[in-house]
Amino acid sequence: MSMKTFRRLLLLGLFPLTGCHTVLMAPSGDLAIQQRNLIIDSLILMLLIVVPVIVMALLFAWHYRAGNKKASYDPDWDHSTMLELLIWSAPLLIIIALGALTWVSTHKLDPFRPLDRIAAGRPVPADAKPLQVDVVALDWKWLFIYPEQNIAVVNELAAPVDRPIQFHITASTVMNSFFIPALAGQIYAMPGMETQLQAVINKPGEFNGFSANFSGDGFSHMNFVFHGLSEDAFAQWVQKAKAGGGELSRDEYVKLAAPSEQVPVHYYAGVAPNLFMAIMGNCVPEGSACMNNKAAAPAGGEEGAAVPAHGADSMAAMPMAHP
Amino acid sequence: MSLHPDLTRLIFGRLTWHEFLPEPIVVGTFIVVALGGLVLMGVITYYKLWGYLWHEWFTSIDHKKIGIMYIILGLVMLLRGFADAVMMRAQQAIAFGHTQGYLPPDHYDQIFTAHGVIMIFFVAMPLVTGMMNFVMPLQIGARDVAFPFLNNFSFWMTVSGAVLVMMSLFIGEFARTGWLAYPPLSGIAASPDAGVDYYIWALQIAGVGTLLSGVNLLTTIIKMRAPGMTLMRMPVFTWTALCTNVLIVAAFPVLTAALAMLALDRYAGTNFFTTVLGGNMMMYVNLIWIWGHPEVYILILPAFGIFSEVTATFSRKRLFGYASMVYATVVITVLSYLVWLHHFFTMGSGASVNSFFGITTMIISIPTGAKIFNWLFTMYRGSITFEVPMLWTVGFIVTFAIGGMTGVLLAVPPADFSLHNSLFLIAHFHNVIIGGVLFGLFAGLNYWFPKAFGFKLDPFWGKCSFWFWLVGFYFAFMPLYALGLMGVTRRLSHFDDPSLQIWFEIAAFGAFLILLGILCMLIQFAVSFIRREQLRDVTGDPWNGRTLEWSTSSPPPKYNFAFTPLVHEGDAWWQMKQHHYQRPLGGFIPIHMPKNTGAGIILGGISTVFGFAMIWYMWPLAIISFVALLATAIGHTFNYHRDYYLSAEEVAKVEASRTELLAHV
Amino acid sequence: MSETTMTMSGASEPLKFHLEGEHHVENGTLLGFWLYLMSDCLIFACLFAAYGVLGRDYAGGPSAAQVLELPVVALNTTLLLFSSITYGFAVLEMQQNRRGPMMAWLVVTGLLGAGFIALELTEFSHLIAIGAGPQRSAFLTSFFTLVGTHGLHVTCGLIWLVVLMVQVSKKGLIPANKRRLMCLSMFWHFLDVVWVGVFSFVYLMGVLP
Repeated sequence: MSMKTFRRLLLLGLFPLTGCHTVLMAPSGDLAIQQRNLIIDSLILMLLIVVPVIVMALLFAWHYRAGNKKASYDPDWDHSTMLELLIWSAPLLIIIALGALTWVSTHKLDPFRPLDRIAAGRPVPADAKPLQVDVVALDWKWLFIYPEQNIAVVNELAAPVDRPIQFHITASTVMNSFFIPALAGQIYAMPGMETQLQAVINKPGEFNGFSANFSGDGFSHMNFVFHGLSEDAFAQWVQKAKAGGGELSRDEYVKLAAPSEQVPVHYYAGVAPNLFMAIMGNCVPEGSACMNNKAAAPAGGEEGAAVPAHGADSMAAMPMAHP
Repeated sequence: MSLHPDLTRLIFGRLTWHEFLPEPIVVGTFIVVALGGLVLMGVITYYKLWGYLWHEWFTSIDHKKIGIMYIILGLVMLLRGFADAVMMRAQQAIAFGHTQGYLPPDHYDQIFTAHGVIMIFFVAMPLVTGMMNFVMPLQIGARDVAFPFLNNFSFWMTVSGAVLVMMSLFIGEFARTGWLAYPPLSGIAASPDAGVDYYIWALQIAGVGTLLSGVNLLTTIIKMRAPGMTLMRMPVFTWTALCTNVLIVAAFPVLTAALAMLALDRYAGTNFFTTVLGGNMMMYVNLIWIWGHPEVYILILPAFGIFSEVTATFSRKRLFGYASMVYATVVITVLSYLVWLHHFFTMGSGASVNSFFGITTMIISIPTGAKIFNWLFTMYRGSITFEVPMLWTVGFIVTFAIGGMTGVLLAVPPADFSLHNSLFLIAHFHNVIIGGVLFGLFAGLNYWFPKAFGFKLDPFWGKCSFWFWLVGFYFAFMPLYALGLMGVTRRLSHFDDPSLQIWFEIAAFGAFLILLGILCMLIQFAVSFIRREQLRDVTGDPWNGRTLEWSTSSPPPKYNFAFTPLVHEGDAWWQMKQHHYQRPLGGFIPIHMPKNTGAGIILGGISTVFGFAMIWYMWPLAIISFVALLATAIGHTFNYHRDYYLSAEEVAKVEASRTELLAHV
Repeated sequence: MSETTMTMSGASEPLKFHLEGEHHVENGTLLGFWLYLMSDCLIFACLFAAYGVLGRDYAGGPSAAQVLELPVVALNTTLLLFSSITYGFAVLEMQQNRRGPMMAWLVVTGLLGAGFIALELTEFSHLIAIGAGPQRSAFLTSFFTLVGTHGLHVTCGLIWLVVLMVQVSKKGLIPANKRRLMCLSMFWHFLDVVWVGVFSFVYLMGVLP
C-alpha cells in the first residue's frame, strides 16, 4: 500500500532528526502504534499543501523582487475567480479527507472503548478478560490498585504482554494526566470522577509513565516505570507484591495521600475493600460520609443528610467524565 | 512602639515582612529594577519632564498617544516575559539527573505561570490593542476614537494589571498553577497563598480595560468611518480590527465570569469548582477555553491584517482577493467559538464530541489557508522591495505554515491523546504566536513607526533583529517538537534521562539568539533616534502606501486630518495619488476636539490599590479604595466640559508648517 | 497648482477627495452602551450556564423546591416589571422635556427598585439563617451568584439613577443628560429581561413540579 510506503519514508526522515528515543514514533502498545500511524498519515496529507505553500512563498518572494527586470509586474491584478476557487477548494479537499480520517479514528481509538484487537490482524480472543487496574493520582505519586490480585503498588505498574488492560483512573486532590507514551495516549485523572483507558502492551520491556498535567510542586518527579511482562513474569511480580508489605487500609491510604515527593516504589499485599470508590466519593477515612452530589435533603428532614458510607446507591450516582 | 497584633492584622491582612523579596534571585532582580527605576526617575526629574509626560502623555486622550503608550507597555513587559523564558530555558538545560538546576520547583512554577500570563495579557494584548488604537482611526479617516476618555481609562486599567503582576515578583509570589490556573490546583486548598489572587486581580482589572477598549474601537469602526468608506472599502487591517474587537466584546466577559467564580470559591468558600459539595472543575476548564480560544484569534487576526497591508504595500500591488480575505476573516471569527474543546480532548468527553470539535478546528484552517494563498498571489506579479516589514512577512508565511500544520495535527483527537501537554504542543503554539502574532506586530512596528514619529527605523539593525529572531526561533522550538515526539511533557523542572539534555541545550541556544534579536531591536530604537535626521520622512508617505493613514503628515497632527477624506474605493490613498490629489492649503474650519483628563490614570491607580488590598486581605483598605473608585468615577461624570474647538487659525498654522516642510522635499 | 482635485481622463465631474465642511459623526454612545450590555449579557449567560450545570447538585442540602418561596418572588418580579414601566413613563416625559414629571417617575422607579432589592436581601438572609447559604452546595453557590449578580446590577442601577437625578436637577435636560437617561433606560430594561430569565429558569423551573 502506497500509504504505508509513504509512512515508512517519513519515519526514515524523522529518525535521524530525533534519534532512537522518539517513543511516540516507535511505541510498543497497539493503541499507541495506531496513534503513531494516524499522526504520520495526517502529516502526509497536510504536507501536500504546506510544502507547496512554503516553496511558493520563497519562490514568489525571490522571483518578483523589485530588482528582477525579467519578472512581470501587474499592479492592478487583484482578482481571478479561477484562482480563488482553487485556493478555497484545495484546503477544503484536504480537510474533508482529514475530517473523515478524524471521525473514524476518534471513534475507533476512543480510550473508553473496549479493545477489539491486540495488534494488527490479531483480534482479542473471545475468552480474554481485561486486566483491571485502578489508578489514583496522588500528590505527587501514583497508586495502582489491582482488584483481582488484591494488591496495590506505589509508583510502579506492570501488565502481561498482549492482554487487554482496563484502567479506571481518578485523582485524590488535583487534576493530573495518566500517560505512558509507549502504551497509549493520555487521559486526565480528576478528583471525584472516573476516566478510563483500554490499552494493550505488545512488547515486554520497561517503559516510562508520568503525569502529563501540571499538578504542583512535586509534579516533576511524578514518574513511574511500566513493566510489560510475560504471563509468568507477571505472576512473579504479583507474588513479589504480595510478599512486599502490609495492607493498604483506609488509614494507611490517608497517610499515603498526604503530599510527598520522589516516593520510592512500595507494594501492598492487600487493599481495603471498595477503596477506589471511596477515593472517588471523597470518603476514605472511617466513618466519613460519601457525598452524593445529586441527592437533596430528605423532605422535612435534617439538613446535610448524606447517603450512608460505602453504600451501593451512592456509587451509582458517581459522576463519570464520560457520558 | 509596635501596633497590637490584631490591629496589624486588620490593617495589613496577611501581608508580613516575610513576604518581601523572598529569594536571592528576586533580591538581585529588585536591585537592578530599583536602580534602573531610580536612574529613569532621575533623568525625568533632571530634564523636568514630569509635567510634559503628565500633560502630553499620561492624561492624553489622543488615540495615537494612547496607542504608542500601549506599545511601550507591551515592549517593556516583553523584556520581563522574555527574562522568564530565558530562566526556564536555562533551568531545563541544566537540571538533569543529580543536578537540580538553580530554581526550586516552587520558583520555577511561578516563572512559567508568569511567562504565559505576561506574554499573552501584557505583551501581545497591549501590542495588538496599541496597534489598533494608533492605526485604525487613521485608516478610516476619523479624528479620534468614539470614546476618547474611555480609551485613556482602558489603557490605565491595563497598566494597573501589569503593575500588580510586577508587584508579585517582589511582594509575596505569583500563581504556581500554569497560566490558566485550573482548579482544584488554583483553589484555596491547593494554593492558599497570594499567588493565585495576584493572578485573579491582575487579570480582572486589566480585563476591564480590554473589554472597554473593545467596545470603544468597535463603536469607532461602525460609526466613524469617513464618508464613502463602506464596509467593503475598509482596509483589511481595519476589518481584522473589527473582527478582533467583536471577539473581545464577546469573549472577555466569559473570562471575567470564570475568574469571578474562582475568586468566589477562594474568598467566599463557595463551591463552583471545588471537589466537594457538588462543585465541578470541568466547568472552569470549559469556560476558560470558551474565552481562551477566541483569545488566540483576538491576537492573530490583527497580525493577519498587518501582513495584508504590508504585503500589498511592498509588492506595490493591490491586495489579491480582498473580498475573500474579508470573508475568511469573518469565517474565522465565527468558527473561533466552536472549537474550544480541542484544548481538552483528554478530559474524556467521548468520541463524537471530540471528533466534532476536532473537525471544526480543522475547518478553520480552510479560511486561514485561503488567506495565505491570497498573500502569495499578492506577491505574484508584484514588484517586491524587502524592507524590514516585508522580511517579517515572508518569515511569517514560511513559519506559520509549519505552525498551522502542527496545529491541525493536534486537532486530530487520537493524535492529541499522545501529543497533548507535551513539548510538541509548546512548540506548536509558540510557532503560531511568535511566528504569527509577534512577527506580525514587529512588521507593524517597523511599518507604522515612521507614521508615529516622522522618521523610519534603522533598517540595518532591523534586519539583524529579524534574522536573529527567525533563526533563534527555529533553534529554540524545533528541538521542542522533537522532544514532544519523545514523550516529554511540559512544565517539568527536572529530568532523569540525560540523553534529552542536548535538545534542551539547543533550545537554550535558540533563546540566546532570540535575546540577540531583542537586543538588536533595542539598539535599532536607539540608533534610529540618534540618526533620526537621516531617517527623517517629511512626506508622511515613506513606503508609497495605499491607505488613508499615509495621506496625513508624520506624525499626524492632533486632529489627524484637517479635512475629513472622501473615499471612493478600497485603497483610498492610492486612488488619491493616482488622481494627483493636492492637499488643500486654505479654507480651514475649527475642529471639535476632546480635552485631556487625569481621571483615567487616577482610576487606574486606585484600582491597583484596591487589587493589592484584596490580594492581601486588607479589608479596610479595600473598602476605602473601592469607595474612592466609585466616588472618582461618579465625580468624573459631573465634568461636562470634555471638549473644545481647535480654532481655524491654529489648524491653518499647523498645516502651513507642513506645507513649508513639503516644499523642501 | 489647482486646489481642487483632478481626474484621470475626462470624467465629467472631478472626484472630490475631502469634505470641505465639518464631518458630523453620529454619536456612538447608545451603540457603545448597547455593546457593553451585550457583553454584560454574556456574563449572565455564563452564570446561567453555571446554574444549568450545578443547579441540581444539592450535595445532600436543600433543593430549590424546598427553600424557594414563589409568592415572595412573584411580588419581587412584579416590583421590577412595574419599575420598567415607570422608567418608560419617565422617558416619555423626558422626550416632552418635562423635567418635573420625569423626575417623579424616576423616583417611583427608584422606590420600586429599592423594594426589589429589600425583598431579595430578606430572602437571602432567610436562606443563610436556615443553613442554606452559598457555601452549602453547588446548587446554592450558583443560585446565590446568579441572583446576587443581578441584584448587584440593580443596586448599581439605583446608584446611577440617583446620580442622574442630581445631574438633571443641576444641569437640566441637556442632550448629554438625555443620552445618559437613555443609557440607564436600556440598562434598566435589560435587567428586567435578565430577571425574567432568572424567574423562569431558576424559580419556576426549580419550584414547580
